[in-house]
Amino acid sequence: MAELITYREAVARALAQEMERDDTVYLIGEDVAAAGGVFKTTPGLLEKFGERRVRDTPISEEAIIGAVMGAAMNGLRPVAEIMFSDFLATCWDLVANQIAKTRYMTDGQVALPLVIRTANGGGVRFGAQHSQSLENWAMSVPGLKVVAPSTPRDVIALMAASVRDPDPVIFFEHKGLFASRGEVPDGELVGRLGEASVVRSGSDATILALAAMVPKARQAADELSARGIEATVVDLRCLVPLDTRTILSTVAETGRVFTVEENPRLCGWGAEVVSIIAEEAFYDLDSPVVRITTDHIPLPASDILEDATIPSVARIVDTVTRSLD
Amino acid sequence: MNVAVVAGPDLDTRLRIYRMMLEARRFEESAHQMFLEGLVKGTTHLGIGQEAVAAGLAAAMRADDLTFCTYRGHNHTLLRGAPPGRLMSELLGRSEGVCGGKGGSMHLTWAPTGAMGSYAIVGAHLPIAVGAAWAAVERGTGQVAVCFFGDGATNIGAFHEALNLAVVWDLPVVFVCENNLYMEYTPIGSVTAVERPAADRAAAYGLEGLLVDGNDPDAMYETASDVIARARAGGGPSLVEAVTYRHGGHSRADPGTYRPDEEVRQWLARDPIPMYRARLAGAGASEERLEEVDQSVEAWIEAAVEEAKAAPEPTVDSIATEVWADGGSRWRN
Ligand SMILES: Cc1ncc(C[n+]2csc(CCOP(=O)(O)OP(=O)(O)O)c2C)c(N)n1
Ligand SMILES: [Mg+2]
Repeated sequence: MAELITYREAVARALAQEMERDDTVYLIGEDVAAAGGVFKTTPGLLEKFGERRVRDTPISEEAIIGAVMGAAMNGLRPVAEIMFSDFLATCWDLVANQIAKTRYMTDGQVALPLVIRTANGGGVRFGAQHSQSLENWAMSVPGLKVVAPSTPRDVIALMAASVRDPDPVIFFEHKGLFASRGEVPDGELVGRLGEASVVRSGSDATILALAAMVPKARQAADELSARGIEATVVDLRCLVPLDTRTILSTVAETGRVFTVEENPRLCGWGAEVVSIIAEEAFYDLDSPVVRITTDHIPLPASDILEDATIPSVARIVDTVTRSLD
Repeated sequence: MNVAVVAGPDLDTRLRIYRMMLEARRFEESAHQMFLEGLVKGTTHLGIGQEAVAAGLAAAMRADDLTFCTYRGHNHTLLRGAPPGRLMSELLGRSEGVCGGKGGSMHLTWAPTGAMGSYAIVGAHLPIAVGAAWAAVERGTGQVAVCFFGDGATNIGAFHEALNLAVVWDLPVVFVCENNLYMEYTPIGSVTAVERPAADRAAAYGLEGLLVDGNDPDAMYETASDVIARARAGGGPSLVEAVTYRHGGHSRADPGTYRPDEEVRQWLARDPIPMYRARLAGAGASEERLEEVDQSVEAWIEAAVEEAKAAPEPTVDSIATEVWADGGSRWRN
């Protein structure tokens, strides 16, 4: 049996699955308990698990992240919500200097099994301080695992994997996908970190995408197919660990690579992926690699401006078609 | 019936505290000497002069309580049970150092006995200590988290976020501000809105402002015993301001000349170790007993220094280990 649920429902279902299984899993954050989350990703958890395990916090991002770090050191497997990923900037010391480095600096004495969930990305007209795609911030810090699912099924499977992972995971939930639906099977769902998913196969080009860019890449691939171009679409799902094996094998099959990145251009995740391809698969390439990204600007709020900024289906179709001409 | 008011802990505890202070002092004097010789690389931040705070608290803690401290944390890590030879080895960057040479002076950690890390970003560890205390409550372990920080940390946001959350969640955390009157080179008073950087802020969080003579180990021990017992019994967090002084500069070979001579002279005259030794002698500790402690600490530090100097250098194989829980550093397949 399978069921159609939304991406936002998948978040609550994933957390419930893990909290049911392991009573050291706790959830804290601003408005996560009584209100069920500002994006309604955590409704019902307070009722199900009680006010000790699902807890509202003050607007204190450093305290929230410090609390899960200290708790993870002392026997819990806590999950923190940072309401918008943009707010990670206010607690980046705790994330990048403390959480990421502690295991290494202590030579393995201190393990930090924790998850930081955060609503990421644009397309919802919130403007530059509530819309950034920041996976690359986390990707650039040694010691952090980085997950960004694109479907309800992956939200559950990868959240479960993240909660069970012995290392700190930054889990990016995409705001633009919360209302999207997808099938999930009944019963427990547990995925693995570091496995990309080939969501569509075609021999003419490889399109690498993440999170909200995955459905766009898929739709673009369908439109390209109507024009006689068959593309493979890879949903990276995880940036750290990175499934380079899948990436490189699809590159070997198609010889043409496009990244679709919501982040601003400089040092986006695609830059690293493309450099790996250049070093390790150069002779598999039939043409230059092309990165389709948001321009290197803060994101504008107006719908017309935002839509023209973030990679669109039309831009992907256009770019791929022109490159293959 | 007349009840005699006995100030301070019993003599055995006092002798233990005296020994702890002396160990910390000798440890740091040796570390400084080896820094000047180029054996300890990078930097050191010594707590020489501030030992009464570290010893008073450590003596009052339970074996499974958790300590969080700053880069000025040799003394705290040592006095919570880190093996001295391995601690010194870490300062020398040796492979048998407590952190395998990956941490260094500012990141000393010895988790097996609850020394949960030295944090070198001012203020960062206050919320981390709050989290450890939160887990202690949820797991019902009865542990208390003790968090040491400098006067300078009271002006950073994390201090305020941590205190508020600790109070709101009623957590067993003891926040200990070691007010040594200076940040790096700037006096705390010249950049702080209140006179007592920690104690005067306590009221903002519904806490009592506890001001203690940080050069008096008995006062530190008694205060620590009270607030730790209260935290363990579910009475919530406390904020203690211990006023003390570092004898030397901020770090490395800083001569500390930005401090008025007269101020330095007065504080050196209040060196907690000779003061305490004299107090113990007055309270019935025989000269032989005190001398025995002094001698045994000399032997103890010699052994630690020898162990560290003889410890092997790390090999480059260890560079890419322990990024992840699988022991390695792979970020791709
Ligand atoms: C966030 C941050 N800002 C600045 C520094 C540089 N710094 C290191 S120690 C220090 C002084 C801290 O003073 P205080 O909190 O009083 O502690 P003390 O060194 O006196 O023990 C400064 C400014 C730092 N490590 N972290
Ligand atoms: Mg200071």
